[in-house]
Amino acid sequence: MAVRVRVPTPLRRFTAGNGEVTASGTSILEVINDLESRHPGMRERLLDDKGEIRRFVNIYLNGDDVRFLDQLKSAVKDGDDISIVPAIAGGR
Amino acid sequence: MSYITALKCRECGQDYPVEPLHVCETCFGPLEVVYDYGRIRGAISHKLIESRARNLWRYRELLPVDNEPDIGPCSGFTPLLHAKRLGAEVGVKKLYIKDDTVNHPTLSYKDRVVSVAITKAREFGFTTVSCASTGNLATAVASHAARAGLKCYIFMPEGVESGKIVGSAIYGAKVITIRGNYDDVNRLCSEIADKYGWAFVNINLRPYYTEGAKTFGFEIAEQLGWKLPDSVVIPTAGGTILPKVAKAFKELKDVGLVKGGAPKIHSAQAAGSAPVIHALHKGVDLISPVKPNTIAKSIAIGNPADGYYVLGAVRESGGWGEMATDEEIVEAIKLLARTEGIFAEPAGGTTLAVTLKLLAQGRIRPEESVVVSITGNGYKTLEAVAGAVEQPFVIEARLDDFDALFERLADGKRLAGAA
Repeated sequence: MAVRVRVPTPLRRFTAGNGEVTASGTSILEVINDLESRHPGMRERLLDDKGEIRRFVNIYLNGDDVRFLDQLKSAVKDGDDISIVPAIAGGR
Repeated sequence: MSYITALKCRECGQDYPVEPLHVCETCFGPLEVVYDYGRIRGAISHKLIESRARNLWRYRELLPVDNEPDIGPCSGFTPLLHAKRLGAEVGVKKLYIKDDTVNHPTLSYKDRVVSVAITKAREFGFTTVSCASTGNLATAVASHAARAGLKCYIFMPEGVESGKIVGSAIYGAKVITIRGNYDDVNRLCSEIADKYGWAFVNINLRPYYTEGAKTFGFEIAEQLGWKLPDSVVIPTAGGTILPKVAKAFKELKDVGLVKGGAPKIHSAQAAGSAPVIHALHKGVDLISPVKPNTIAKSIAIGNPADGYYVLGAVRESGGWGEMATDEEIVEAIKLLARTEGIFAEPAGGTTLAVTLKLLAQGRIRPEESVVVSITGNGYKTLEAVAGAVEQPFVIEARLDDFDALFERLADGKRLAGAA
């Protein structure tokens, strides 16, 4: 289950500067755990101490915010596209 | 001369240098500008501020800029109107409208935040500025970038009305429409900001940009004679302006420009996009995102990044919040127009409609001084009310015809919707 994960600037020091890495897993949580094993330090940047997605982190699965899917349990399949993006505000 | 000492994460408190950064590397929390208030207190005074030009830079010590600002020379210092006719209608004597429908040059509160962001972009040496927006933010960035001589790219979701594209392209900005929704556009813009090193006013310049919103609060205090009102009602979209007005009031006290006063700060959202109000009413901190569906497009943000800080500021101030339906929004736009001669966009209708609800609930008392924040101009959103106004009466160019019509109107036989 290889997926493509786009990594924002603040996390690239964990990925040797790469803006895109591969990871595997059948759910968002599994992918995050896999990212942690490949790039130690990532997990605690994405999840808070209760294991929930941090308030200011948005994770998109094939363009959809996982908060509108099944959160960390959202099912991931081979070839999926995941983006980690800091929350933005500021109006339209 | 700058009074900024650092950027600091609002969540975990980590310090960062004064650079184009916007999120904390540790927790992704937003970064906030830190000032040396001790030095500001010694430098600033009513006399100094009042001696300066009537624009947002009269409060420059409390803004995150280094040089003499020349962006937005006429932005800010919009009218604070004592709304006597509206006040009489709703039973509040000290009712005020803070009127950013006439902000220069693009007729919305965004001229404040963008003036600060573009000033900072130039200080940092950026040559290209950008944003994701379909409305007020896009026109403000395109306009201020033009005057600053910077290249400008505006990103919008595909399918937006042609008027929105014209409103940015006219200033020479490159407009790029994205096959996707507004969230997709924002996501792409974050990635572009990282890769191209452009100044996205509400992404990598966000800590500076948001500071511009404080000027809305500074002006309210100055225009009330350096006093704070009892209640302020402010629209909430991404959550920028409300916490920044709260910060502005606090700063004025901290640096000795205002003594006393503890305004209740109230949040207004459209019922079709009210994630912050839902959380407020439920008494929780967690804001569940919604898919917006409202005529108030300028405040239709379903996942407000700063919503959490709106909740904090409202609760700390003893304020409250309400939401208004599209029908209530339209009625309030009409009420403001026919009593005070101000034509607000739907965000302003939302704010006034919510003010009326808070009065009815007793959250705002009729004896209070109340400021209603009108942040954008109705001429930009004619479609929102086009179906709700009286249609013109059509007659031949004959005096007899007009006499007959006038008799009919004067008899009170007006068509539906006549005021």
